[in-house]
Amino acid sequence: MFFDSDLLMSALRALTPILLAALGGALCERAGVFNIGLEGMMLMGCFTSVATSWFTGSAWLGVLAAALAAAAYSLILAVGAVTLRGDAVVLGIAMNLLAVGLTSFLLRTVFGVQGTFDDPSLAGLPLIGGFTPLAYLAFVAVAVAAVMLSRSVWGLRLRGVGEAPDAAATLGVSPAKYKYAAVLISGVLCGLAGAQLALGNVTLFSENMTAGRGWIAVVAVMLGRAAPVGVLLAALLFGLAEAAGFRLQGVGLPQQATDAAPYVVTLVALFLSTARRRRRTANSPSGATT
Amino acid sequence: MTHTHIPRISGVLRSPITFSVLAGLVIGALFLVGTGADPLTAYSAVLTGSLGADGIGSTLSTGTSVLGMALALAIPLRAGLINLGGDGQMVLGGITAAVTGLYSPLPAPLTVVLALLAGMAVGAAYAALAALCENRLGVPLLVSSLLLSYPAVSLASYLARYPLKEPGSSLPQTRAMPDGVALPAFGDSTVTIGLILVVLAAAAYWFTDKRTAFGYEIRMTGLNSRFAAYAGVERRGLTLKLMSVSGALAGLVGAIGVLSFPYRFVDGSLTAPGYTWTGLTAALLAAAAPLGTVIASFFFAVLAVGGLAMERTTEVPRELTQVLQAIVIVFLAARLRFPSGWFRRRPQENPQESPQEIGAV
Repeated sequence: MFFDSDLLMSALRALTPILLAALGGALCERAGVFNIGLEGMMLMGCFTSVATSWFTGSAWLGVLAAALAAAAYSLILAVGAVTLRGDAVVLGIAMNLLAVGLTSFLLRTVFGVQGTFDDPSLAGLPLIGGFTPLAYLAFVAVAVAAVMLSRSVWGLRLRGVGEAPDAAATLGVSPAKYKYAAVLISGVLCGLAGAQLALGNVTLFSENMTAGRGWIAVVAVMLGRAAPVGVLLAALLFGLAEAAGFRLQGVGLPQQATDAAPYVVTLVALFLSTARRRRRTANSPSGATT
Repeated sequence: MTHTHIPRISGVLRSPITFSVLAGLVIGALFLVGTGADPLTAYSAVLTGSLGADGIGSTLSTGTSVLGMALALAIPLRAGLINLGGDGQMVLGGITAAVTGLYSPLPAPLTVVLALLAGMAVGAAYAALAALCENRLGVPLLVSSLLLSYPAVSLASYLARYPLKEPGSSLPQTRAMPDGVALPAFGDSTVTIGLILVVLAAAAYWFTDKRTAFGYEIRMTGLNSRFAAYAGVERRGLTLKLMSVSGALAGLVGAIGVLSFPYRFVDGSLTAPGYTWTGLTAALLAAAAPLGTVIASFFFAVLAVGGLAMERTTEVPRELTQVLQAIVIVFLAARLRFPSGWFRRRPQENPQESPQEIGAV
């Protein structure tokens, strides 16, 4: 049978890093910062987690270090886009490039290898029921983010800062503070996503190992309209596409076809969701708002 | 920079571009010190390795691809559009040129022309698809171009590994082009007529930008898209045109790559050197200005080729040049510059000279 529990399991495994990163992206989006640096932050998390786990022997310290390093890295976006009012899109692209360069450089200077570092004694995260604790944490994070955004004063202010920064500032809410918080939290979440990728079901670091997952997370934010549950569904779609692709590879489909599957599925999903939204705005009596 | 009472030189020194490049070089030097290398030795190795007699050929052939991709990305960027799908468009152009070169019944010189044109046509069509996604389906160009890139790269990789694979070879590559199906090279070097083609493309871009109404519309859209729309610039049509030109140039780079040494499509050989990202960096650094894009492309080609020489002499990994490139753009995007007092410039009310709104999505 094609759709069975194994497929669901592997879909859930594929979904975890996307979900963590996309949650961070959604918070930024709500606070009015367009964050396309998720890919780079995640990659920094991957490298830091592997390096720390290798030198300390503890995967948990690796996770902690990844979260801290990616949060520190996210400061580039916070300072650049919020304080200096630079272009968030260009900053994000530059951060992604910098992360690829920096991690490849460090891979060669710290580990003396090119391409991939893996070692049987590299400590990975424990698996509970086939999943790392971070996978469970990702689902908890969805619930926490959903409640915080819709039910807490902090969430209300964060959304206010994103939707009407001037109005928020008039009410004594500092937009910069909330934007910084959102970007830093996205850094922490991307760091966890990176650790999940590098110390989860496989334990290794390879150059550019995020392979576009950060971009998929950016799309998941759009698909899920920056709502935590929406983002979860979008990430699940991607996870299913990746898992199904992997399964089809076993049936003899070439790897290249299955590699491309998640991107095609994501794009099609994006078409469908925007088409539906447009039809709705076209039918509504007030007409299109944009 | 129109204040005539300020010496021009201080304007240049205070430009964020100067600051970013210098900051990049200084941080690069710190990295070099950190790895125990002498920054001066390393940087002079970069220069001699890329501009010396042994390196200049390599710099120019790398520069061909970097400049081609930089132009491809600069042209939409001038109107504030970011094409992130350069890899896909380039690779499709390359594989199309390879198929044309292998199977065209025409005489070799005509086949070369046909292969170049076919590569450009396919690149343009694929980029136009991304433009249509934005225009008709409401998917932002940034995302649609990038997402379309992955399946294109996978498709080319599949073709080179299975149906078009050279029989008996262990490498994922097509057969070599037939005799004569190649771009003429200068002497024994790897520099081909392709360099002339991309320089001509740069000249055409310069002319369009400076001297034509279309170029004015593009710049106007980049500076203020709402004003341009109000003045009658049709945005969807402009997006489609600019993306088609962009994709055609990316396809041209792919075709040039296949019609130069090693005269075949090798899986990964077009994407691995990162021409697309280096090109995008060059275009961003130059704010997509035609002449600036040429200069920035040359600068990054020097860095890329010189990085190899640096690795040989100082044992510092050449990935450092990639780090340096990205740092330059981080500083540039953050709009950092030297404080005004440094060059005795009078403080102003609004020191920002309305930098282009790049990538307002």
